[in-house]
Amino acid sequence: MSLTPEDVSRIALLSRIELSAAERESTRGQLNGILGFIEQLQAVDTAGIEPMAHAVDVVQRLRPDVVTESDRRADFQAVAPETEAGLYLVPKVIE
Amino acid sequence: MINSSLPELSAALAARKVSAIELAMLFLDRIDRLNPGLNAFIALDRERTLAQAKAADATLAAGTAGPLTGIPLAHKDIFCTKGWRTSCGSRMLENFISPYDAHVVEKLTDAGMVTLGKLNMDEFAMGSSNETSYFGPVKNPWDSSRVPGGSSGGSAAAIAARLAPAATGTDTGGSIRQPAALCGLTGLKPTYGVVSRYGMIAFASSLDQAGPMAKSAEDCALLLTAMAGFDTRDSTSLERPAENYSRDLERPLTGLRIGLPQEFFGEGMDADVRAAVETALAEYRKLGATTVEVSLPNSGLSVPAYYVIAPAEASSNLSRFDGVRYGYRAPEYGDLNDMYSKSRAQGFGAEVKRRILIGTYVLSHGYYDAYYLKAQKIRRLIAADFQKAFESCDVIMGPTSPSVAFAFGAKSADPVQMYLSDIYTISTNLAGLPGMSLPCGFGANNMPVGLQIIGRWFGEAKMLQAAHQYQKATDWHTRMPGGLS
Repeated sequence: MSLTPEDVSRIALLSRIELSAAERESTRGQLNGILGFIEQLQAVDTAGIEPMAHAVDVVQRLRPDVVTESDRRADFQAVAPETEAGLYLVPKVIE
Repeated sequence: MINSSLPELSAALAARKVSAIELAMLFLDRIDRLNPGLNAFIALDRERTLAQAKAADATLAAGTAGPLTGIPLAHKDIFCTKGWRTSCGSRMLENFISPYDAHVVEKLTDAGMVTLGKLNMDEFAMGSSNETSYFGPVKNPWDSSRVPGGSSGGSAAAIAARLAPAATGTDTGGSIRQPAALCGLTGLKPTYGVVSRYGMIAFASSLDQAGPMAKSAEDCALLLTAMAGFDTRDSTSLERPAENYSRDLERPLTGLRIGLPQEFFGEGMDADVRAAVETALAEYRKLGATTVEVSLPNSGLSVPAYYVIAPAEASSNLSRFDGVRYGYRAPEYGDLNDMYSKSRAQGFGAEVKRRILIGTYVLSHGYYDAYYLKAQKIRRLIAADFQKAFESCDVIMGPTSPSVAFAFGAKSADPVQMYLSDIYTISTNLAGLPGMSLPCGFGANNMPVGLQIIGRWFGEAKMLQAAHQYQKATDWHTRMPGGLS
């Protein structure tokens, strides 16, 4: 199948990546090339095959519910684009 | 000294023939002189490096040094390194100074190794040529008009040019093995879960694995022994007894059964690569090994399956780059969604965006089963092929890459052509198996050719033994590019 310009816009929206009209068109061509390439998977008979999500079968480890981290808020916020009084600043979302 | 193995450097340090400071200076001076032409290093901090070297000298003087104390190395810029800029080759993290060390960095620093700097790479490890780095491409030291491979291309070029004796790399679909092959080095991707992913910036979490890159199998064995180990901070880190990966190096290869997958020797491999690989296999037979034909019937599906699974995981992993907690934020924006979309549009390069978009698509409503689940089922078929093949052999061998290093721009216009340069390496990541590449000769235009060894799950020591015995009988791994002295 082939992506329409509307499909590309929808995927870009879901991905939170802004595309200009020109980028959308060149991206559409490249994505269709990649999708054409992975299309060959559809011809394989996988009836009864269990999907393999991971290379190793491990179960989630549990640990005692105790504090293991020290407070490094200042260190971690030092690399943030914008903070104030220990908070991350973003554009207003609630009027 | 620049051509010495790690054990030779260790012996020189122990005998006080050289200090850790002098060794660090030797390589820093080479970096100053030669890096401008190669672009392998993208972050240097002389003061920090020399402070580490000074501490190593104190450890050496105190008599408490280990086998790696005082030996310099450099880290691929995907590893968070406390106090160092850690960019992952992206504008997104151009100004990110890591507040902590990756587990691998911690382990190697604890072993006394001295960090020379951070190495260039394809952006977020997405590439096979180093052309996607925001900081410009790395040049192949064997021929500066050619790519060094990727994504650990900075690591490979730095070692090949003797700007560092060793480096760390990561391998999601071939990113250690392919650049090792294209630059004439030895590199190893361990079994998934052997090395902790903590602090290693995530690309495709079910495939990503860190490993060593160096001039020889002997050096890689020492490095892997220091890098591997259980870590509670990586939920897929495996709880296993510690291994000494050098333990079997000196054992002869008599009786070793080498599986040759017919699918790796069919069409698609260049004649010069085939000739070098066949000559290496003849050498292995001389060393006492036997070769047996095996089949990996689904290996041809590994590249398309990978280009569903890896982008799917990447689209999820890279959602963390939102311009809020770290990384690039667009200078102008409207509401919150606009800030995300503009920051990500400006912060990510073209290949990264492509993979996020593909990943988002294959995970989206209505397409998940057709693409993502389908690819995961095929992943199981690919892993099962290996399981069967290993019933009749101890290791699998073949080419690492279908061609020698290609010219800049040769494959960058067509993403699918670039993806196919990892055709022989991707299946091991999907199966979680260990794989390595070692130099086995030269092809067209005197460019290095890599031999790939794939081991059983946790078969690293066996692979390293096979590689080391070959390197004792041959001298390909000692060759160095001309014009860089």
